[in-house]
Amino acid sequence: MSLLDTPLWEVIKASFSAKVWSGLIGAIGDTLYMTIVSSLIMLVFGLVGGIVLTIMCPDGLFPARGAYTVLGGLINILRSLPQMVMIIIMIPVARAIFGKSYGTNACIIAIAASCIPMYARIVESSLLEIGKGKIEAARSLGSTNFQIITRILLPETLPSLLRGFTVAVIGVISMTALAGMFGAGGIGDIAVRFGYQRFQHEVLFACIYILVLLVQGTQWAGSFISNRILKKRCLLATADGGIKAHRVNRNKNTQQNIENKREEKTIVVKKEAIL
Amino acid sequence: MSGYLDIRNVSKAFNVSGRELQVLRNVNLSVDKGEIYGIIGFSGAGKSTLARCINRLETPDAGEILVDGVDVVKLKGKELRQERRKVGMIFQNFNLFEAMTVEKNIAYPLEIEGVKKAEIKKRVQETAELVGLADKLKAYPGGLSGGQKQRVGIARTLIGQPDVLLSDEATSALDPQTTLNILDLLKDINERLGITILMITHELDAIRYSCDKMAVLENGQITESGAVADIFRNPQSKTGELFAKVSKEFRRAENFTDGEGI
Repeated sequence: MSLLDTPLWEVIKASFSAKVWSGLIGAIGDTLYMTIVSSLIMLVFGLVGGIVLTIMCPDGLFPARGAYTVLGGLINILRSLPQMVMIIIMIPVARAIFGKSYGTNACIIAIAASCIPMYARIVESSLLEIGKGKIEAARSLGSTNFQIITRILLPETLPSLLRGFTVAVIGVISMTALAGMFGAGGIGDIAVRFGYQRFQHEVLFACIYILVLLVQGTQWAGSFISNRILKKRCLLATADGGIKAHRVNRNKNTQQNIENKREEKTIVVKKEAIL
Repeated sequence: MSGYLDIRNVSKAFNVSGRELQVLRNVNLSVDKGEIYGIIGFSGAGKSTLARCINRLETPDAGEILVDGVDVVKLKGKELRQERRKVGMIFQNFNLFEAMTVEKNIAYPLEIEGVKKAEIKKRVQETAELVGLADKLKAYPGGLSGGQKQRVGIARTLIGQPDVLLSDEATSALDPQTTLNILDLLKDINERLGITILMITHELDAIRYSCDKMAVLENGQITESGAVADIFRNPQSKTGELFAKVSKEFRRAENFTDGEGI
């Protein structure tokens, strides 16, 4: 069913038919599989890369100017390759590891190679957000550098790290769709083969619904968890929660004012004592 | 002269975009055990750098810093980390760990040392009671007032049983009343636990309220030191004079408003 000879409304109606969706179930599975595995690989290596970058920067915990420049340069080179070029470059690597250059696993390598450097930079910028004072306080309390990373740096920046991870996972989802062009399978593959090559626009529409839902769901989950953490730490006031907290504070304030006045008298007495 | 905390000929320079900036020049200071010693100076006089050198967050270029006879400038690795616990530090903007509850913040120095859980719990409870935070243990620092935050900062330092407490503008971000409460707490700690306190500030009243002795830091140099009352009555240095004058002006203004009945 093509938009060229069918009205838009008919195509939209057809895009919800059981026939279209039964053909998509396997592709959804493939896309989810690629997204989850690539995201996990990206999480591990990107986190390590970002931490290494952060601590090696000139005013970091282990300043190492040379290594920092080399690693930073490598990341910039990898990031300057467009995702499509990266997929092509990774074909021989995938063949060497899996024995074939197509399929979901082969493309996971290209996706990881492309998204790890991006996520490492996102992690770096999140980690640099931490107040220098907190690290100094941790040092002044006798922490080792390792303790500062695991007990202070990562937990303190967790909400920001989570938001960055959400952005990166959405990047992974869009790249799985692109990888469909190169035989990765999944939603992108269906969209190209049916939507583009065969003019089956109802299938293309269905693919769009799925991708939109995937991205929306990811963003919602990421923001939700990140905000939950901020709220728990009293660093975020939501609309109703804020008002409630404000009311409680106001009551406290009036109570405190009475105490303040009482204490002010003692202050005056004390001041006189000093003078 | 040799006190409990002895600073001898300490100098420190920073390299600011290619230019050498001399922050501390031949600083000499001696503080006795159990004293509350004030260091006053304008912004940029080198007060914080001096505190950070004592805690070895910064390493001085030259000189010795003796804490109970140990030169902290020479320490490295594990010894340095242990020494840092003996010299506690509290900060102007508190620097609490926002990912942890008050309880975890206070417990942090013991946890990284690997102290047993039951022992940690007991000592956190004791320390929280000492600073007046026993009912806030489960709260997060984000929900506390400035004064309460500084109490957490003090408790977090005290739990490691330090010999010296460095207060780097600890009350400068607080309102006058809270400042007074925190100063009272510091005095109380000093009396009860015998901890030597070095109070670094630009608030003259804070020093006058709590210190026995003080030094004036001007342009990286100690320009005068001695009993607080003497420096107030008869300041010898430019900074000392200026501070004394400002303080007198404020007191005159206070008396005036008192008379008006505001």
